[in-house]
Amino acid sequence: MLKFPIYLDYSATTPVDPRVAAKMIPWLTEHFGNPASRSHAYGWEAEQAVEEAREQVAALVNADAKEIIWTSGATESNNLAIKGAAHFYQGKGKHVITVKTEHKAVLDTVRELEREGFEATYLDVQENGLIDLEVLKAAIRPDTILISVMFVNNEVGVVQPIAEIGELCREKGIIFHVDAAQATGKVDIDLEKLKVDLMSFSAHKTYGPKGVGALYVRRKPRVRLEAQMHGGGHERGLRSGTLATHQIVGMGEAFRLAREEMTEENARIRKLRDKLLNGLTDIEATFVNGDVEQRVPHNLNISFAYVEGESLIMAIKDIAVSSGSACTSASLEPSYVLRALGRNDELAHSSIRFSIGRFTTEEEVDFTIDLLHKKIGKLRELSPLWDMYKEGIDLDTVQWAAH
Amino acid sequence: MSFAPVYLDWNATTPLDLNVREAMLPWLAAAEPARFGNASSRHEYGRQARAAIDEARARVAAAVGAHATEVIFTSGGSEANNLFLKGAAGCLKPGMVAVSAIEHPCVREPAKQLRRSAWLLEEIAVDAQGVVDAQDWRRVLNARPKLVSVMLANNETGVLQNVPALAAEARALGAWFHTDAVQALGKVEVDFRALGVNAMTLSAHKIGGPLGAGALVVDKRVELMPLIAGGGQERGLRSGTENVAAIVGFGVACERAVTRRTFEAARLTQLRGQIESGLALLGATVFSRAAQRLPNTVFFAFDNIDGETLVGKLDRAGFACASGSACSSAQPEPSHALLAMGVDPVVARGAVRVSLGRDTTADEVERFVATLSRVVEDLKKLASVAH
Repeated sequence: MLKFPIYLDYSATTPVDPRVAAKMIPWLTEHFGNPASRSHAYGWEAEQAVEEAREQVAALVNADAKEIIWTSGATESNNLAIKGAAHFYQGKGKHVITVKTEHKAVLDTVRELEREGFEATYLDVQENGLIDLEVLKAAIRPDTILISVMFVNNEVGVVQPIAEIGELCREKGIIFHVDAAQATGKVDIDLEKLKVDLMSFSAHKTYGPKGVGALYVRRKPRVRLEAQMHGGGHERGLRSGTLATHQIVGMGEAFRLAREEMTEENARIRKLRDKLLNGLTDIEATFVNGDVEQRVPHNLNISFAYVEGESLIMAIKDIAVSSGSACTSASLEPSYVLRALGRNDELAHSSIRFSIGRFTTEEEVDFTIDLLHKKIGKLRELSPLWDMYKEGIDLDTVQWAAH
Repeated sequence: MSFAPVYLDWNATTPLDLNVREAMLPWLAAAEPARFGNASSRHEYGRQARAAIDEARARVAAAVGAHATEVIFTSGGSEANNLFLKGAAGCLKPGMVAVSAIEHPCVREPAKQLRRSAWLLEEIAVDAQGVVDAQDWRRVLNARPKLVSVMLANNETGVLQNVPALAAEARALGAWFHTDAVQALGKVEVDFRALGVNAMTLSAHKIGGPLGAGALVVDKRVELMPLIAGGGQERGLRSGTENVAAIVGFGVACERAVTRRTFEAARLTQLRGQIESGLALLGATVFSRAAQRLPNTVFFAFDNIDGETLVGKLDRAGFACASGSACSSAQPEPSHALLAMGVDPVVARGAVRVSLGRDTTADEVERFVATLSRVVEDLKKLASVAH
């Protein structure tokens, strides 16, 4: 029994796992205490639940619970990490390096640092979406204090060489921040091995609730941050604000499930992804965006040439996916990530990100393959550009007449 | 918990209203039809989320007499206070920021932080009842502050400030005026226009809503620098994937709290009166007794009885109270508000706060007064033996 639209947008957000919901709800209803209330059992039990969840989050990434700070989500964690570290260490230098394909939560925060007088280098990526370590090395200056590179890219699913970058940063004494919002439950994260200083986590990308995230802050060697949210001194002064027990419990449970089920789940998802990939690349003139090997199996970003982007999105309304266009208030812009991979505007606009997850079924994948075959076929029948392509005309050489 | 204490700490947080619960569960996959979209997604799941947020925003705005476009959702009251103070300061040349001497730490601390960007911080003194001191207010106004923040209701004493008068005077001299209305909503009238403030902070979990949602209600003239950058949500003022479940809960909670306010205020005033009669018989000091206060709050102390000790005994006897605000209960320091009122630190150490709410019954109050009498008598005996 298919439910329409079929949800294939797990990278945008994931449904709360029913087991996570079951664990959370009592903390929203009966056990409603403020975890900072020290004078009664309502408060104590809430505090205990928060600390248990902290252990669960730490366990997924092989960190110490003391290194986990609760935030309202990965966007806030990214802001706290980048502004917090840059401000704390600005005595040592004011140069920051990041990558053009980062999430806006990182890019806009770095831009804010630039407005404050910091200098920033935004690295290009290769056509496969991966950064070139030599390019990174060349960008490092004596006054570089912070480097931020995401673990898994949200649009194209590629996995950056975090271990190698960590070694490089440690060697040079540069703080290394990693946005791991799309990584938890998908790739192995071992913070005892990885030389990462700050790592951002999101609950709602890993079958937990929205509104909660965390920031890993390394203690050995000690990393310092300037707090961004001030008040009652919660989270050892790093992030003030009453903790939302039920959300935190949800994140803990979600991360516990991720730890237990990741291996098996990834295998299942890889099979589904392979089927989807074969079924879609079967269609002529399709291109997979992002490295085929260095990627998570959950994400498949494909460009369908000679099809108009908006028409494509309209035609496949039976599946809920994400396109290569981003809505700003006035216009439809092509994805800056796809542009960074070298895709031109048209191809960027005719890209679809399929992201599958825990509840995706084979039936849904089959339906999707059929749907795309049908619709792409129809749309290309109507496309004059497709006709020209079939006739062998190189569209790049055509002189288009202006009207 | 094997037995649940009677909850008398409603200012710290509140149990979830049943209507709020019903509205939230589908968004937490705990009821059908399960809803979960990212509100920025263009497909149906996203559109549903977007519609739910719009509806919640309209409810919050309607409940407080503001425009939907004046409501910015945040992760809570602390964040909203940070957003106003740092956000407004970020768009102004450094000047003076003035906050009352009895503000919550999440107003005091951000205000202090502004000093690092060359702002001057002035504290507006309060009188022995905890009300803004008229003379000191004049002094501060004369210094022409650019930003002023005075809480509408204090979380510890319950004291209410005459915000409409203060706001009018401050604004006439060119300041932006903000009030932390987190404790006031649902207990006293909170109308954005009537208060005449430029901005006010609200929090869901104080009014039967969930933890994790708050709002800064702010008039469009105030330019704010966002504290959290990213995807541009909340018109660029607060980025981050919206917490739909909490926002939905917040909307319903606001509506419910405002609807029952008048009835509840009367009921709670009466119940609080019973407690104060009991306290009078026992010879307790009730702080801010002569001031206008929230109807549900009583902050008191007994001579020679430590507040922490009393609260501990009351907890063991089945009543959950507080010895000062939750946010600072980790530190064994006397209440900041009481010290600002000129209360002797020794006396302040005895402070206990009882705050009532919509589920509090007359029977619970009666039993509490009886228990309090017993516990206090026991502690007095112990104290006299010790001397």
